[in-house]
Amino acid sequence: MSEDAVIMRAVNKYYGGFHALVDIDLTVRRGERIVICGPSGSGKSTLIRTINQLEAIQGGTIVVDGVELTAGGDNVARVRQDVGMVFQNFNLFPHMTVLENCVLSPMKTRKVPRAEAEATARHYLDRVRIPEQADKYPAQLSGGQQQRVAIARALCMKPRIMLFDEPTSALDPEMVKEVLDTMIDLAREGMTMLCVTHEMDFARAVADRVIFMDKGVIVEEGAPDAFFGNPKNERLRNFLGQIA
Amino acid sequence: MIREFSSADVMFIVLAVRWTLILSAIAFAGGAVGGLLVALARTSASRALRRASAGFIQVFQGTPLLMQLFLVYFGLAVIGLPIDPLLAAAVALTLHASAYLGEIWRGSIEAVPPGQTEAATALALSYPHRMRHVVLPQAARIATAPTVGFLVQLIKGTSLASIIGFTELTRAGQIVNNATFKPFLVFGTVAALYFILCWPLSLMARRLEARMRLAVTR
Ligand SMILES: Nc1ncnc2c1ncn2[C@@H]1O[C@H](COP(=O)(O)OP(=O)(O)OP(=O)(O)O)[C@@H](O)[C@H]1O
Ligand SMILES: [Mg+2]
Repeated sequence: MSEDAVIMRAVNKYYGGFHALVDIDLTVRRGERIVICGPSGSGKSTLIRTINQLEAIQGGTIVVDGVELTAGGDNVARVRQDVGMVFQNFNLFPHMTVLENCVLSPMKTRKVPRAEAEATARHYLDRVRIPEQADKYPAQLSGGQQQRVAIARALCMKPRIMLFDEPTSALDPEMVKEVLDTMIDLAREGMTMLCVTHEMDFARAVADRVIFMDKGVIVEEGAPDAFFGNPKNERLRNFLGQIA
Repeated sequence: MIREFSSADVMFIVLAVRWTLILSAIAFAGGAVGGLLVALARTSASRALRRASAGFIQVFQGTPLLMQLFLVYFGLAVIGLPIDPLLAAAVALTLHASAYLGEIWRGSIEAVPPGQTEAATALALSYPHRMRHVVLPQAARIATAPTVGFLVQLIKGTSLASIIGFTELTRAGQIVNNATFKPFLVFGTVAALYFILCWPLSLMARRLEARMRLAVTR
């Protein structure tokens, strides 16, 4: 297996006539933590959603954990088992308890027996610090708790890569920290992570590399120190000025 | 020639209710299976399936049920099957119900937020698992009230089977009326029986709808 978790080469994505991703080249090393930022509509979500093929691409290649997504066969299904995703709006299944949310895919997709799947689920619920909520329904939880359940649910599939799409943007300010702390724990354990977020303190604390996108293009990337301390691109300077 | 409207006539009409119920049940069960297939085809990723199912819905929603009954009734003979009013009515009403339930359930499936499918897809769940465990249970809650509402339409719609000679409730009324010529009494009784069948369902549909609205606004 290769050293790299994700390799994107000359990736192009169109929504109809709209060019959403333009010649994206990106290599993510195993264990690397990447933060992606940029103005609204710049293609951040689209970029990470191509990695688990929630969005199909029209040109280029994507290799995830040595599996080429565009090569057909059951490659997409294999990659999705390896890649967890956390959404802005949590997207928990409202008709299932927290525990049922967590065991569904392990049982159906990985064919894990229920007892084992529940033990795994309780382990991860414990790690995101909400073991006592297992039998509640999502609507009975706060936003921060729901997002931590969503993280635990993704982890139950034992992914090697985690994608986060603005995981704290829908949260009340007082709940942002509990979710970021969970993500920091995950980063410390060596998870490969791609996070779309505007939480720049988080980026400084855990990112190995920060990427700035604009109009479907990766405009600038670098280690947090250089990225924040000495941004070269003018649009990035403007952007950092706005969110600071 | 013309006799009195007797209790035997009332019995005859009341017993015919069972054929209205049997026909409704067959059409609803068949329509549930057909409607699910139509709804899944309408919401599928395949353009061919979407087109075909849209065409099916348009044909059956855009033509009178009575014409559909006639076509199936006489069509059975053309393809060499015996002309049987129950069979013809069951087939026509099943197709009719498939189109209407398919359309109702398509809307219900599409009303489930796309984030649900996305999350299920990101969790590597296959299409059948996504549908069975994530989308359809949520769509079913949305669909319950309009589905019960359609069932009321379907029960009333079975009265058209009387025209191809199937002795359900309406036809039983016609037979009795031909013998007694007491149209107000006879068809009043028939209408009351339809009302007894349909009213509780209408009430239930309205309750379910109110409960849904509450759940949505909460
Ligand atoms: N399903 C779609 N159909 C058509 N256009 C789309 C679709 N999804 C996204 N787009 C467009 O593609 C561009 C990139 O969208 P994307 O969601 O990736 O942006 P983003 O950087 O994540 O923005 P935000 O910060 O608002 O989430 C936008 O201009 C958007 O309007
Ligand atoms: Mg986005």
